[in-house]
Parts: sequence; C-alpha cells; structure tokens
Amino acid sequence: MSATAQQVSAPPVGARRRIGSTGDLVFEWLCRGAGLLVLLILGAIILTLFLGGLPAFREFGAQFLWSTAWQPVEGRENYGAAVAVLGTVLSSILAIVFAVPIAFGIAFYLTELAPPWLKRPVGTAIELLAAIPSIIFGMWGLFVLVPLIQSYIQFPFGETLGALPVIGTLFQSTNFAGTSLFAASLVLAIMIIPFIAATMRDVFDQVPPVYKESAYGLGATRWEVMRGVVIPYTRISVVGGIMLGLGRALGETMAVTFVIGNANRIANSLFDPTTTIASVVAMEFPESLMGSLKQSSLLALGFLLFVISFIVLAVSRWLLRPRLK
Amino acid sequence: MNRRSLLALASGAALTPVLGREALAQQVQITGAGATFPRPVYERWGQASREAIGVQLNYQSIGSGGGINQITNRTVDFGATDAPITEAQMRERSLLQFPTVMGSVVQIVNLPGVADNALRLTPEVLVDMFLGRITRWNDARVVELNRDLRLPNLPVSPVYRADASGTTFVFTTYLSRVSDAWRTGPGAATSVQWPVGSGARGNEGIANTVRNTPGAIGYTENAYATVNRLITTQLRNKSGNFVAPTMPTFLAAAEQADWSRPGFAADLVDLSGANVWPIVSPTFILLPTNPVADRVAGSRNTMRFFDWAFRNGADAARRLEYVPLPEAVQNAVRGAWAQVRDPSGAPIWTGA
Repeated sequence: MSATAQQVSAPPVGARRRIGSTGDLVFEWLCRGAGLLVLLILGAIILTLFLGGLPAFREFGAQFLWSTAWQPVEGRENYGAAVAVLGTVLSSILAIVFAVPIAFGIAFYLTELAPPWLKRPVGTAIELLAAIPSIIFGMWGLFVLVPLIQSYIQFPFGETLGALPVIGTLFQSTNFAGTSLFAASLVLAIMIIPFIAATMRDVFDQVPPVYKESAYGLGATRWEVMRGVVIPYTRISVVGGIMLGLGRALGETMAVTFVIGNANRIANSLFDPTTTIASVVAMEFPESLMGSLKQSSLLALGFLLFVISFIVLAVSRWLLRPRLK
Repeated sequence: MNRRSLLALASGAALTPVLGREALAQQVQITGAGATFPRPVYERWGQASREAIGVQLNYQSIGSGGGINQITNRTVDFGATDAPITEAQMRERSLLQFPTVMGSVVQIVNLPGVADNALRLTPEVLVDMFLGRITRWNDARVVELNRDLRLPNLPVSPVYRADASGTTFVFTTYLSRVSDAWRTGPGAATSVQWPVGSGARGNEGIANTVRNTPGAIGYTENAYATVNRLITTQLRNKSGNFVAPTMPTFLAAAEQADWSRPGFAADLVDLSGANVWPIVSPTFILLPTNPVADRVAGSRNTMRFFDWAFRNGADAARRLEYVPLPEAVQNAVRGAWAQVRDPSGAPIWTGA
C-alpha cells in the first residue's frame, strides 16, 4: 500500500511543481482577483446608490419609506417610496400566484407524465422562453395582451365580480385603459414561469427513484406519489425556486413599464394603474437634473429595490442551500 | 500582374489621398443631446446639412434633463431643452440659450362617431377631465358645447405620458395657466402627480392606448398626431374662439410671441388673439459660452449648423408641422452668438 503511494507521488511530481510555481501563483491571484472584483463591484453599486440617495433620505427622513407623494413640480418637491414599493411587491406576488400553478403543471408533466421523446423539446421550449428579451414581452403585452384584458377580462369580470359585497372593490375600477396591475402581473408571470418550471423540474428529478417506486408499489397513483413523496421531499427547494422567480419579477423594468399604467397612486383594484420602483426610475431618470432632489430620490428608490431583491435572493439561497451543495 | 492593373493601381493611389483629404475637410461631426420634442426636425436638418455644408449631426434625444446635465458637464457640443432654463441657471453653468423652432401640443380622443377636429372643448372642461371631475362623455357640460355631436355614454379615460417629457411640461403649463385648481394641485413639470388616468410610455404609447380605449383622451405633440392620423379636438382660446390645431392657428400664436425675455424664453402658452392655438411652445438649444479648447470647433460648427437650418430648414420644419422662427428672431439669435468665446476671449461666431 505505502509502496504504491510512494511510486505515484515521488520526485517527478515534486519537480514539476517547482517549475510551475510562479504560474500557479499568478493564476491563483488572478482567480482571487476575479472573485474579489465581483464583491467590489457589488459593494460599489450599493455604496453609489446609498450615497446618491442620501440627500433624499436626509430631506424626508424615514417618512420617505411610507409617504405616497411623488411631486416633481419645482418649488414644492416631495417624494415618497410607498406607492412604488407597494406596486413592486404586489405585482411580483401576484405574478407568483399566477405563475406557480402553471410552472408546477409543467414540471409535473415533464417529470412524470410526458413520453421521453417529448421531454427534451418541451424542456428546451421553456428554456427558450427565458431567453426572450423583456422589451418583447412589453411590446407584446401592450399591443396584444392589454386590449384582450380590456375587452374580455376587465369588462365582463369587473362588472359581475365588482358587485360582490366585500371583495368587489378588488375588481371595480374607473380605469378603462387596460394597462393595470393585473396586466403587469400577467406579463411578469409569463416571464418567470420558465425559471420556476426549470427549477421545479430539476429538483423533482432529484427525488431518488426508489422512494417513488416504493410508493407506486404500495398502489399509489401518480398524483398521490407527487403529493405524498415528491413534494414533501423537494418542498424547500421548490420554495427556493419560487423565490428566484420572485427576485426576477421584482427587478423587471421594461415589460412592466409598458403595461402597468404608471400612475403614482396605490391600486385599490386589480384593474387600477400603479407603478413599480424599476419603472419609476426608468421613466423619470432622463428628465432629472444632476444633484437635484428628484435624482436623489430616484437613487434612493434604486437602493430600496436593491435591498428588497437582496433579501429575496438571500432567502432563496438559504432555502436552496441543501440542494446546491 | 499586367500593365493595365498596375496603371489602375497607380492612378488609384494618386487619386485616393486627394479625395480622402477633401472628404475629411468637408465632413465634421457635432454632437448634441437633450429634448425628444424637436428630435424629428433636428434629424431631418441633420440629414440635409451633411450634404449641404458637411456638418454631420449626432443627436441623442435623451430628454431635456439629460441634455442639461450633459452640456453642464461639457460632454457634448450642445444641449437641447423644451423648458427654458432660468437666467441664474444660465449664468451659473455659463450657457447661452436660444430657440430653434416652435411646436404645439394637441388633444387626441377616441370617441366612436366623432370626426377629426369636431369635438369642442373649453379649457375648464379639459382641466376637469384630467382632474377627474368630469367622468362621462355625456356630461351636461360636454354635451352643451357639442350640440351637433352624438356623445356616447362612455367613461372619460385620461391618458398621460408616463415618462418625464417636454410635451408634458408644455401641456401641464397650459393647464396651470387656465386653472387655479390645477396650478395649486398637480402643477406644471416634466412629470406631475396625475390625479386620475393611466400613463403610457412615449408618444407611441399614448397613441396606442388612446386608440384601444373608447372614451380615452390624451395629449401629444402635433406632428405625431398628424403622422398617425389621430383624432384631435378643437379648444377654446383666450379670446373665446374655438380653434382647431392647424398651421394657421400655430402661426397666429407664433406672431404674438414676445422674444425679448432673457434667453429668448418666449411664452406662447394661452396667448390672446382671435385665431391663436393656445398650446404652443418653442424648444431651445444650450451652448456653452466658454467652450474648452477642444470643443471650440464643435461650437463653431454647431452655430454653422443652426445658421444653415434657419436659412434653409424652414420648409422641412413646416412639413413636420413645426413652426419656424420669424426672421427677426433668427437675426437676434445670431447676434447673441457673439457671447460664445474661445479660451483666448475672441468670439467664435464671425458670421456665416
């Protein structure tokens, strides 16, 4: 045993190491530098946003967080983040509500039901959906989806569901332009389905076949196996995948901007227009003067978005931790 | 290689430097950034001036605010803005401001059965629609103005520009001018807090939303409405006459303008005059009065470009439904260019 070990690790290896030691060292430092650069860039972005937003935080204090004002008129400028933050969170959560059942269906079909020859094309199609630029989703949303929502969803459902006693107000709106919180959530849902579906498919595939076979052996149906074996086994990873989708939905800009209606008002109904952080920044930044309170408020909004996305992604990493090892 | 190809090569070698030098001497590039409102006319002028005087314009319509930022940092040869900057701002940033053309903002509507320029609106009705006080098209006040039209029982859906823009600045300036409630409420700026309605991105977004929404009312710069054949409305002007947004009413407004204010900041919003369209506005160029040494040539060429455009660009502007400046104003602008001096203190513009 020890003889063979000696044979393998003897002089030639040591000699080679001495020759290449500078190269190794350079390579090691290059890699370390690349790794540190990421941290440096990330830190620099946070710092820039925070410093840029500081005048706004200083001017409005903590009130910036829950003030619904957005008054860019010179002389009585007053900015608050509440509407944009609420719009961002609401549209993303609604998108998750729409996307998760469909993504689950896709993953269930691909892992349990689809014939093997179909798995690959459908899987590729879903991944391609993730590669479509968001501006395309925005245009498609504005020119195709919004008119459809307007005439086939808002008019019939708004009238009938709006008459319901308590939840009626959720569907009643005086905005008939079709661009609304609902439209934005729907477009976002379509955009994040591929992410959630791909994660779900991957984690469903990781369930040891022996568990599923035992369940089938006991006479369980496919649905019972999914509910009783696959989902409990992968629960945490599935939630992690959903959080990943949520992270993407939070920061989405162009697609949302086109269809959300961009009104700095809290949406009382699904069909009311509202706005998101990313959309406010994209719309207002070009017309903000350097060093103005408006630009500072926009940077402060950017900082808040960073914090929200950071929290969501951190939670998702933490939940996915057992599967990512 | 045979003799003929050698000959061709030799003559080519002899000719190329000559052609190259000539082309180089003629073609100069100027860069500008700013307002989106005048972009179509600047682009048209830029194409024509490249052939006429060899000045190639690289104009980036990043918004007035961006234009002011860029010219303050001196990263471009000139900035462009729709809202005039104040005298103090001009002094502080060492900038000269002058107008180039005038544009107008019009209302567009989507009302089944209502033809172009048929609907009559008063300033009060317009403001109340955007304030959410008039919510249906068959409201008594709208019907009273339009006895000869059959107005549908549709909700009024105001549509506004979601992106901060000069068009919004001009439109909200008008609303503030005609209504105290608007002035003390949303106010006038490149973006305001709209009490009702929904926002759409850019002129094309507004056009699309209005086209898809029965009962919608929006505003856009006139050139855009004309090109896209949108349904515009009449508006009652300060003298009490209903006017349609057409070239004669824009020209009538331009004639009333007072250009003697500092920075040529003429105010063409809600002027009196029998035939005046009330929402007209000039758009401005910002030029550094003390360009750094390597921007002196760019500064000179910018002035050459606008001098050429003033003399030869009026037709192109009119075709795009912009109103050219009166000749007296053009001459006053040329006079003001004397303020632009190179680092040695000599004026850069010495006439043509």
